[in-house]
Amino acid sequence: MKSTTALFIKKISKRNEPYVFLVLLGLCILIEIRSGQFFSSNNLVDIASALIVPGLFAIGAFLVIISGGIDVSFPALASLSVYATTKYLLDINYQGGVWAAILMALAIGALLGAFNGIFIGYFKLPALIVTLGSSSVFRGIMQGALNSRQLTIIPQGMRNWGTSSLFIARNPVSGLTSRMPVAFVVFLVVLLFVFFLMRYTMFGRSIYAIGGSELSAHSSGFNVVRTKIIMYTMVGMIASLAGVIRVCMMQQAHPTNMLGMEMNIIAGVVLGGTAITGGRGTLLGCMLGTLLIVIVENSLILLGIPTSWKSVFTGALIIIGTGVSSYQVILMNRIKKKNNPNKEAA
Amino acid sequence: MAEILLRAQGIYKSFVGVEALKDVNFSIRAGEIHCLAGENGSGKSTLIKVISGVYTPDAGHIEFNGKRYTKITPIEAINNGIQVIYQDFSIFPNLTVMENLAFNSELAEGRKLINYRRMRSIAEEAISKIDFKVDLDAYVGTLSVAEKQMIAISRALMFNTKLIIMDEPTTALTKKEVRNLFSIILTLKKRGIAILFVSHKLNEVFEISENFTILRSGELVASGSTAELDDKKFSFYMTGRDFSARRYKVKNRSEKPIFQANQVSIPGFFEDISFSLHRSEILGITGLLDSGRTELALSMFGIKPIAKGSYYINEQLVQITNPRIAIEHKLGFVPEDRLSEGLFLPQSIADNIVISEIDKLTKKAGIVDQKKRGDEIAHWVKELAIATPDPNNACQTLSGGNQQRIVLAKWLACNLDILVLNGPTVGVDIGSKHDIHGILQELANKGLGVIIISDDLPEIIENCSKIIVLKNGTIAAQLEAQETDEKTILSYML
Repeated sequence: MKSTTALFIKKISKRNEPYVFLVLLGLCILIEIRSGQFFSSNNLVDIASALIVPGLFAIGAFLVIISGGIDVSFPALASLSVYATTKYLLDINYQGGVWAAILMALAIGALLGAFNGIFIGYFKLPALIVTLGSSSVFRGIMQGALNSRQLTIIPQGMRNWGTSSLFIARNPVSGLTSRMPVAFVVFLVVLLFVFFLMRYTMFGRSIYAIGGSELSAHSSGFNVVRTKIIMYTMVGMIASLAGVIRVCMMQQAHPTNMLGMEMNIIAGVVLGGTAITGGRGTLLGCMLGTLLIVIVENSLILLGIPTSWKSVFTGALIIIGTGVSSYQVILMNRIKKKNNPNKEAA
Repeated sequence: MAEILLRAQGIYKSFVGVEALKDVNFSIRAGEIHCLAGENGSGKSTLIKVISGVYTPDAGHIEFNGKRYTKITPIEAINNGIQVIYQDFSIFPNLTVMENLAFNSELAEGRKLINYRRMRSIAEEAISKIDFKVDLDAYVGTLSVAEKQMIAISRALMFNTKLIIMDEPTTALTKKEVRNLFSIILTLKKRGIAILFVSHKLNEVFEISENFTILRSGELVASGSTAELDDKKFSFYMTGRDFSARRYKVKNRSEKPIFQANQVSIPGFFEDISFSLHRSEILGITGLLDSGRTELALSMFGIKPIAKGSYYINEQLVQITNPRIAIEHKLGFVPEDRLSEGLFLPQSIADNIVISEIDKLTKKAGIVDQKKRGDEIAHWVKELAIATPDPNNACQTLSGGNQQRIVLAKWLACNLDILVLNGPTVGVDIGSKHDIHGILQELANKGLGVIIISDDLPEIIENCSKIIVLKNGTIAAQLEAQETDEKTILSYML
C-alpha cells in the first residue's frame, strides 16, 4: 500500500499539472489574504463565467497542439462565423430562439475548420503557415465582404440566452451579485465530450499518436489525413461555439475584439503541461493552465495591481511556466543519460 | 530442409529510368536466418518493399508458400505472415508501452472505442511471446533503443507471422544488446519463423545468418551459405573492389607532442586520463559504450569541458571550455552523429564545406568573396571525391559516406593541426569507409595529428599507431597497434 502511494507520488511529480495546481492555489490564497474577496461566492462565479470563452478556445487549441500542429486562426474563425451569423439573423429579422444562431455558427465553423484541415491534412502544409494565412483570409472576408462594423443590437433570441442564468450569487458583505450564465453548461458538456473522445476513442488516441510520430501513425494503419481533417473541423466548431457565447454574453457583436486572444490561450494550454511539440498533455492540465491565465487577467485588481500591468504578469507566467516544463525535460534527459550506462554495465 | 516460404523470381523494378532491381532472384525457407547485404543504393530496401507489397515489381513474380503473385498489396503480404521492422520501429514515444503494442491489432479489428483492460491483455500476451519484461505503463520515449526494438518485435509477432524482415537491426545497439537480440532471433527460428535481416556489417552476417544474398547496383552478385563466405569475398561482393588492408605506419613523427592530456577527468564519466599525440600519429581510443569514450571526445573539443586536469596544445596549457577555443587552436572535431551535430542537412553541400572557415573568405567589408568561396568548394569536392553533380544540392541528398566526407572537408578547409573523430565510419558503407581511412592516413602522413574514437576494432587496428582502451572511465591499457590484435583489445575492454 505504502509503495503504491510512493509510486503514485513519484509518477505525479513528473507531470506539470500538480505544479500548476499549486501555483494556482498559492495565487488564490495570496489574493484572498490581500483582499478577502477571492473566495466570495460572487467572485468565484465571475471567474467561472470568465472561463467559458477562453476555456472553449483552449479545448480547441489543446486538440490541435496534441496532434503536433498549431492553430492561430481560431479567434478570426470564431469572429467570422459569429459575425456572419448575427448579421444574417438581423437582416432576416429573425425572432426565434438561440438555437438557429448556434447551429448556423457551428455549420460555418465546421466549414472554415475543414478549410484549415484540408490544407494541413490533405496537402500536408505546415499548420502554422496555413492558420496564419487563413486567419488573414477570415479577417479579410469579415471586413471586406461583410463590411463589418460593430453590431450593437443582436437578435432577440441571442440576447435572452446571453442574460439567462443558472443561478445568481450574492456577496453578503458587499451586496454585489453575479450571474452564472447558462452557457457554462455548454462549456461543461464540450469539456466532458472532448475528455471522453481523447481518452476512450480510437479517434482521440490517434490524435495523440499522430502528435507522437506521424510516420509511425501512418505505418500502423491510422488514417492520418482523415483524422486531421475531422479534428480541424471539430476545432472550428468549438471555436465558433465560443464565439456565439461571447457575443451573447456581451450583448453585441464586435468584429475585432476577439482577435489577438490566441497567444494567451496557447500560453495557457502550454502552461498546463501540453507539449508544444505535440503528443503529450492532458485536458485537466490544459484547463488548469487556462484558469491560471484567466485568474491573473481578472483578479490582479484584487491584489491592488493596476490592470495595465496585466500583460507583464501573464508574460512572466508564460516564461516561468514554459521554462519549468522545459527544464524538467532537460533534467529528465540528464537522469536518463546517467542511468542508462549503469544499466548496461550491470 | 524446410519448404520454401517465399520466393521472388526475376524481379525487375525501375524508378523514372533508374533500374533499382535487375533480374533479382531470392528465396527463404521457413525458420531460416538470411542476411541481405549491399551498399547504399544497391537495391536492398527496394527488394524489401517489393516483398512486403509496398512496391509493385515491373516484371517477375513472388511466391508465398507456393502461391504465385505477380502483384501483391501490403495487406496481402501481412496476411501471408510477412512483417517488416523498419529502423525507426514505427513507435509512438509519447504513448505507453501498452498502447504501442495494442494499437496495431485494435486498428486491424477496426475498433472505435478504447477498452484499457482489453489493451492490457493484448499487450501482456504480446510481450510474453519473447519473454520480454517491461513496465506496460512506461512511456516508450523513456526506454532504450534495444527495448524499443523488443516492442517492435513483440508487435510483429502478434499476427500469424512467418517472416520478419529487420532493417539494420543492430545499428544503435551495444554489444550486449546485440547478443540479446541474436538469442531472440534464435528462439524465433526454433518456432519456424524466418528472419531476413538487412545489414552491411560483416561480423553480424557471419555470426548469425545461415544464408546470404548480396546485391550491388540492383543486381544479385552472390548468394549461398554463409559458411563459404569470408571477409575478403564479402568486401569484394559488396563493392566490386579488392581491398588490401593498409596498416598505418607513422613516417614523419614530430619531436614534440602536439596535443597532451594530463590527468583529465569529468566525474561520473572518466577519471585521470593522460596521453600524448605527436604530429603524424593516429591515436585510437576504444571502449564500450559506457566507458566514457564519447564524453572524452566531447571534452577535447570543449562541448563537455573537463572538470579536472589539463589539455596542452603545442605544449601550451589551453583551457578548452567551448568549441570556439578549440577551433582557434586548430583542433577540429567530427561528431558521432554527423546528421544532427556535424552538418546542416537542408543546406547546400557548398555552404557546409565553407561554414567553419567563412571568416577567412570575406572581403574587407565582411561580405563573402564569391570567387574565393567557389575555388575553395571546387578544391575540396575534387580532393575528397565527393560524388555530387552540383555542390549547390542539399547535403541530405548524399549517401552516408559522402556526408562524412563533407564533415571532413569542412574541417580540413581550416588547416587543422589536430583532428578528433568520434565514430568516423558509423553507418558508412564499406567502399566509402575504405576511402575515408585512406584520406585519414594520407592526412596524418602530411603532419596532421589524428585521434579516432571508435568501437570498430578492425578500424582502430588498421589505422592507428597507438591504442588506448578505456574501461569504466579509466585507461585499461595502452597498446602499440603493430603488436596487438582484436582479442587482446577485447580482453581489456570487457
